[in-house]
Amino acid sequence: MEQIAQLLLAGTIFLSFALLGTASLSGCVRLLSFQGYCLSLLPIFIHQDGFTPRSLLLVAGMAILKGWLVPKVLLHAIREVRAVRETEPLIGYGVSLLIGLAIVVISALLAQRLPIPAGVRSGLLVPVSLATMMMGLYMTVSRLKALTQVIGYLVFENGIYLFGLLISRDMPWLLEMGVLLDVFAAVLVMGIVIHHISREFDSIHTDRLTQLKG
Amino acid sequence: MSIELFGVIVVPFLAALAALAWPDGERRPWLLPAAAAVHSLLTVRLALASSVPAPGAWLSLDALGLLLLGLSSVLFLGCSFYGVEYLRRRRDRDNRLFTACYLLMLSASSVVAASRHLGLMWVAMEATTLSAAPLIYFKRTDRSLEATWKYLIMGGVGIGLALLGTFFLALAAAGPEGGFVLQLDGLLTLGPRLATAWLKGAFILVLVGYGLKMGLAPLHSWKPDAYGEAPGMAGAALAGVVTGCSFLGLLRFYQVCLAAGQLDFAKDLLVFMGLLSLATAAVFMVSQKDFKRLLAYSSVEHMGLLVLGLGVGGGGVFAALLHFVNNGLGKGLLFLTAGNIHRAYGDKTLGRVHGALRRVPVSAALFLIGAFAITGSPPFGLFLSEFLLLKSSVSAGRWGVALSIAVFLAVIFVGMAGAALSMAQGEPPAEPLRPGHRDTWTSTVVPGAFALALLILGLHVPAWLTARLASAAALLAGAP
Repeated sequence: MEQIAQLLLAGTIFLSFALLGTASLSGCVRLLSFQGYCLSLLPIFIHQDGFTPRSLLLVAGMAILKGWLVPKVLLHAIREVRAVRETEPLIGYGVSLLIGLAIVVISALLAQRLPIPAGVRSGLLVPVSLATMMMGLYMTVSRLKALTQVIGYLVFENGIYLFGLLISRDMPWLLEMGVLLDVFAAVLVMGIVIHHISREFDSIHTDRLTQLKG
Repeated sequence: MSIELFGVIVVPFLAALAALAWPDGERRPWLLPAAAAVHSLLTVRLALASSVPAPGAWLSLDALGLLLLGLSSVLFLGCSFYGVEYLRRRRDRDNRLFTACYLLMLSASSVVAASRHLGLMWVAMEATTLSAAPLIYFKRTDRSLEATWKYLIMGGVGIGLALLGTFFLALAAAGPEGGFVLQLDGLLTLGPRLATAWLKGAFILVLVGYGLKMGLAPLHSWKPDAYGEAPGMAGAALAGVVTGCSFLGLLRFYQVCLAAGQLDFAKDLLVFMGLLSLATAAVFMVSQKDFKRLLAYSSVEHMGLLVLGLGVGGGGVFAALLHFVNNGLGKGLLFLTAGNIHRAYGDKTLGRVHGALRRVPVSAALFLIGAFAITGSPPFGLFLSEFLLLKSSVSAGRWGVALSIAVFLAVIFVGMAGAALSMAQGEPPAEPLRPGHRDTWTSTVVPGAFALALLILGLHVPAWLTARLASAAALLAGAP
């Protein structure tokens, strides 16, 4: 069990790296979908008594949401706005990967300084979640296309979800549900916004969204 | 949970659903004042009852929550009466989503005010963030789209960081055999037993996350765009209520830091963010060319003053809470009158809007009053709260802070007063007033009421308000 959990976490961080270095939009969405599946499997392997009906339900919900539905909506948006399939980052892919490496080191150092409470099994969970969040944030700020910014934001959300696993065993249902719904709503609203951007700008470049200054 | 508390959450929510379902766009806006009126009646009843929260409850009102609930009720009531007229004038736009989201925001902010569980509070906070997006996008122009996009991306990151901060706090409150606490009473009881490293991390993350939603510098860059493009009645709700919700979120973490004996750490961060916000506002207000964006920077300034009050502590906390009420009323007054002037000219560029006193005399006079009130001129309420803030930073021995506040406020006064005077005076442009944009009874009575309230608060803070502010400040170790 422990090994599978570590494997899934390693896969998550690897996929974050791959996302930093991928140019094609649909390729990014595919990687994001893989990452979603990796994350969704974690709840049953991370805790000792993982195979409860509740965590299986969570697994199913997350797999459908992060692995299938969100990527499907994103692919639909790509087709809808006929996006050029390359992304144009402000910072080149090679440098981005180096920054990703720095982020991993920083996360590992940060994680060491945070004492994990007794009774929580974490392993690599804290450093991996911190690194995933930071890489997502980095993607959001360093890309120009609206769609890649959303993908970066989703990676950031994935990192937060990973962190939430630390306390998921004892968190009341209501909150888990609220978190899921809110993430879902955020993506939907963003999707609608993207739809309008595509209509009114003929492209989904946030670079052109620069009329408002000062 | 009392029936009144249930009502302030459920009534606006049901009204929002009704707004979505009702096909009649002409009469739909009347749902706004109807729901807001019920909401304020219930709020009055809640304010008259004792505000001692039920121990262990997830939803229960304490003195701090009552403050936010009261202010948002007053602002929503005013804005929704104004909104009926506004939406009638903007018949070219479908108001279904706007009306529904406005009501949803009221419902969600009531949940924030009543939340005693920090996870639940976060969920409600996300709901206020999302419901604000269609309000900003109401005009459906390129510029409002850009503003909404920035708002959503930045707001999403902010709310994500706040969630992470909430997780950190749960880990700080981990029991020896697992089990986490996010209920406020539980957290306050744990107090010094909270794990310091996680608690400090939680406060930093929440300060960044909720601070971004409040619009503290340097996390304010979405604010001028969003406030500049949103209709006046939405701007008032954003500047008075949504920022207030985030402020309450920050106050809850402040309360926990207080109980844990980690307040000095929090105070230093708050003073730093506060001064930075004042400085940013001062720089951008002096050179501002758009009067709605000017109001946004004014909001950055006042959010800075609020966290400065917390950072100074003692009497500063009381001053900050009084300022919170004053700022909300002032922003209501300014955004509604700025909206009137904007419509009368079809323009919000300072260099082109002159002679408003002749064209829309009542709105212009009220805007002028608002501009002087918001910059802390006597005899209005903000003078009193800003003076109290200065006084308590001096008596806390923080001369440097007091001096910087005074200098920044002076610069901001010059920027704001200069802009307002140039709008009000001079020759109105040659082209005639656009039809149907004259001052009317309905478009001016609400801002007039806000102005009157600010005047009363400046001359005499009623005893019932002082008592409630004092008991709220007592929760944060702030002497009145």
